[in-house]
Amino acid sequence: MTVTPLLEAVELSRAYGACVANERVSLALRAGRIHALVGENGAGKSTLCRMLFGLVRPDAGRILVDGRAVTLRSPRDAMAAGLGMVHQHFMLVDELTVAQNVVLGREPRRGGRMDLARAEAETAELAARFGLAVDPRAPVGGLAVGVQQRVEILKALHGGARVLLLDEPTAVLTAQEVDALLAVLRRLRDEGRAILVVTHKLPEVMAVSDEVTVLRQGRVVGRLDTAATSAVALSELMVGRHVDLSRRPRTTTPAEERLRVEDLVVRGPDGRARVNGVSLSVRAGEVVGIAGVEGNGQAELVEGLCGARSPASGRVVLCGQDVSRASVRRRRDAGLCHVPEDRLAQGLVPAMAVADNAVLGVHHRAPASRGGVLRRAGIAAAAQALVRAYDVRPADPALPVAALSGGNQQKVLVGRELSAGPRVVILAQPTRGVDVGAMERIHAAILAARDAGLAILLVSAELTELLALSDVIHVLYRGRIVHTVDAAAATVESLGPPMLGAGVAA
Amino acid sequence: MGELLAVLAGALRISTPYTLAALGGALSERSGVVNIALEAGLLMGALAHAVVAHASGSPWLGLLAAMAAGVAVMALHAALCLHARANHIIVAVGLNLLAVGTGRFALKALYNSAANGPRVDGFETTWWHAVQELPVAGTVAGTPLVLVAILLVPAVAFLVDRTVLGLRIRAVGQHPAAAETQGVNVLRVRWAALLLCGLLCGLGGAYLAADQHQFTQGMSAGRGFIAVSAVVFGQWRPARVWVGCLLFGLLESLQISLQSSSVGIPGQLVQMLPYAMTLVVLALAASRANAPRALGQPWPAGR
Repeated sequence: MTVTPLLEAVELSRAYGACVANERVSLALRAGRIHALVGENGAGKSTLCRMLFGLVRPDAGRILVDGRAVTLRSPRDAMAAGLGMVHQHFMLVDELTVAQNVVLGREPRRGGRMDLARAEAETAELAARFGLAVDPRAPVGGLAVGVQQRVEILKALHGGARVLLLDEPTAVLTAQEVDALLAVLRRLRDEGRAILVVTHKLPEVMAVSDEVTVLRQGRVVGRLDTAATSAVALSELMVGRHVDLSRRPRTTTPAEERLRVEDLVVRGPDGRARVNGVSLSVRAGEVVGIAGVEGNGQAELVEGLCGARSPASGRVVLCGQDVSRASVRRRRDAGLCHVPEDRLAQGLVPAMAVADNAVLGVHHRAPASRGGVLRRAGIAAAAQALVRAYDVRPADPALPVAALSGGNQQKVLVGRELSAGPRVVILAQPTRGVDVGAMERIHAAILAARDAGLAILLVSAELTELLALSDVIHVLYRGRIVHTVDAAAATVESLGPPMLGAGVAA
Repeated sequence: MGELLAVLAGALRISTPYTLAALGGALSERSGVVNIALEAGLLMGALAHAVVAHASGSPWLGLLAAMAAGVAVMALHAALCLHARANHIIVAVGLNLLAVGTGRFALKALYNSAANGPRVDGFETTWWHAVQELPVAGTVAGTPLVLVAILLVPAVAFLVDRTVLGLRIRAVGQHPAAAETQGVNVLRVRWAALLLCGLLCGLGGAYLAADQHQFTQGMSAGRGFIAVSAVVFGQWRPARVWVGCLLFGLLESLQISLQSSSVGIPGQLVQMLPYAMTLVVLALAASRANAPRALGQPWPAGR
């Protein structure tokens, strides 16, 4: 306690209406230390971050920079105080180049105009110094996600940040990209910067942080040295109870084939084949996983299977019935259900009530309607059952879905699809952006569905999820299955290289 | 040959108000503010020019007044869209109607006329007459504002592509949150873009009144909307927007010469040509695919 922290939060509180997001949260970031902030979705991590970066004003409490109280009215104030933030949803202008993004807001000038050459030189110099390989002239929109994140970090460093706040920095990265990021963070730490990493991924916390603060329901419930704790202990602090996401032995064996895909080709909007000759089979009581870096055809594969996009060639056979050209409705009636990857854009209608969302897709059948007229009582009963079975919180079917946290929205979506009486379920990124508690609930539902004899195709960017749930894992790379492995024998490390195309003829 | 030159010269003259208004529209929309109030900017510019030029006897004072009027129109646009968070389209429709009413009111109140105001002098001065004596350039250039509009095309392109303000305009039009978190004041940048847009529209209006040597009721006659089309046609890039304006100007110029040559086509049909062609061109060439991504969205997001 001899060194003054670079940034200190003292009993910060912030409420949104009746909902208390942060209550007397204190946190100290010191030079040369990586501090992890962990907690479930809705625990208040982002609110704290946003207060520290001047995006949200605290209701009470103080923020100290170098021991002096400051008022952060805007990100401009925060940057002037030496803070930099890497946002979860990148704050990058796709149409601009890397250098233009990096210098935006503090552009070097020569005469009246912008000095682009100097902007590029400054960017290149920073990039070289911190091992963040990027081309300063490349348009940001065309870069891989991991590279875009480097640009985000460069932006903060160019602003002179001595304190770096990273909000869920690994949520969108592959395992290899995560390793590269962690290496960069260590380098920044060793240079004497203070770093805050907000995450709910505990292995990364254990790997990179020096100390941890745990938030639960807006309050600090733990302040620990990383060396003196464990991932299990942290997850129990986060959730407030014991959780288990490990692989469980199965009690049933797969039965007959339910879904067969033969040489499927699906083209993207630009006419290029995004799925290029995929064949696979899913049996009743089996979970088949699809791994891959995002953008390798997963979205188009799912759309081709569920009927949102018609395949250019190949066959989709559902319970012995060729549905390659069938509409979404016919496929659903044949027993195919689907959890799309973007719950708010494709899966749910955010402005509509939980109850109405709970019957979308089965709204044309009893009990939701009769003769084209909706039956309120039937809908309410179905919604009540779903809310209870999946522990949706708050348990009020009249609330609009938009008012729920991401995890609870996802529970509504997964619950709706699994309770529609399917024979085959396609799940795309079923736990993206949801917290450990909701994840556990959703994983349990998937395994219960498997044990009840459903055929499940699981598309996920989370390798740990695929490893915990799948029987077989296919790796999709540039629209083709390049690697197939028994999930019990696979590891995160063994799946990484094929995901990046290693060992694939060009 | 002489006829071809006349058609081209006509195209350049006709496209001048399009070019001025469309450059303004491009700036506004690149910053994320939908702008279909170019029509109001043109009309108010024309009115201010005619009134002040008549009262003072100086077309140059009229020009300043026209720019001020254009700026005033866009300041109102900015206040309503950026601060009252009103829908950009609705605000523009209101401004366009307001401009028509203001023009009518001013004619009645100042000159007791329902249709047109008194005669005003154009910008032609001694040195300009010398330019007009030149063989080709004289025919093509018409009045000084034609030349100004042409010079403004690279100037606006330079502003957008090479200056700090231009970079910020592009950034707030694509991703205002990204600009904000880098310390850029989004609303201030959009204000700047709109005021520049007003300035340009005012110039276009002054050209209209000076060209006709008077203000007439509703004299913008949909030119602001043609300019909006040119912005989309040009995919929000100044040089291409200018090409669009020239194309529309050429179609109109052709129509005029076709009409006078009377090749046996009904005049009404020929008059329709530019508008029909505008539709065809827009249908074929214009897509909103490259529109600024935050176009029309209020800032800050949320409510």
